[in-house]
Amino acid sequence: MVLALGATLIVIVALLWEVSAPRVEETIARWRAGRARVPVDVYDPGRERRAEQRARQLLRSCVNDEEWEMYRDLGFLRVWGGLAAGPEQGGTLATRAGAPYAYIIYPHKPIVAYLPQTRELLAEYCVTFPDLSRPYGSARLPDSDDALAKWMALTGDERHLVGEANMHLPGRQIDPKQVRRDLWRLTQWEQARLRRLAREQRTTTS
Amino acid sequence: MKPGHGEVLLAEGDLEVREDEQRLVQEFRRQLDDGMWAAVPTTAQGGRREARMVRSFEDVPRDADRVIFFPRAAGGC
Repeated sequence: MVLALGATLIVIVALLWEVSAPRVEETIARWRAGRARVPVDVYDPGRERRAEQRARQLLRSCVNDEEWEMYRDLGFLRVWGGLAAGPEQGGTLATRAGAPYAYIIYPHKPIVAYLPQTRELLAEYCVTFPDLSRPYGSARLPDSDDALAKWMALTGDERHLVGEANMHLPGRQIDPKQVRRDLWRLTQWEQARLRRLAREQRTTTS
Repeated sequence: MKPGHGEVLLAEGDLEVREDEQRLVQEFRRQLDDGMWAAVPTTAQGGRREARMVRSFEDVPRDADRVIFFPRAAGGC
């Protein structure tokens, strides 16, 4: 009798444990997680702002006055293409025939290749500079550092950068209307800058 | 160049001083081993600014005042 009752009790306890064990384990895990220190990379706008200020100073020290003023006033850089027959990817008959072409560098956006004389857009080159060490919780460079990295890679080794990039037709990431508007703004800006420089030169000589 | 920080000074020294040069070479190699690209800003003929990509310490011009390391480019979007 006692043996039968004991066996029944053991079976009941085992069944109850089977049913309640997952809940008990979950409760314990929640309790532990609640007490544990979880490292969180908090976005610090002040830190990002200071980083951008440093990046702008670095960019300014690397490019010439015209490029710096262009970036400061318009928000992008122009780099002239250096390959005699145009880029292998994204080139056209015109570039293969030797027509001058250029790139517009936007921070954290694709590089846009175009023909300055006709404002024809050739291609978008999508390229990133991910820092896999993620020292501050983000792999994203400050805006001006991203622009400078593209500028250095394009002026230093255009063929390599274009080869690394994913090439797309114009309009995939950036609205072609916006690029054409920016090219028009660039023309206006260049004319105004030339007039200002001529005025300053006249003032100096007189 | 570092995310969230911008420009970081890694090492500086005088190439004429042997200890400094060794330290600069070590740091240069460490950065390249970490997968960074290295570039030296230069002034081309006509005053045009450009960058020169360097793949070994010997490629760095002796009169260069700095080498900038930045993450390697990868296809994106």
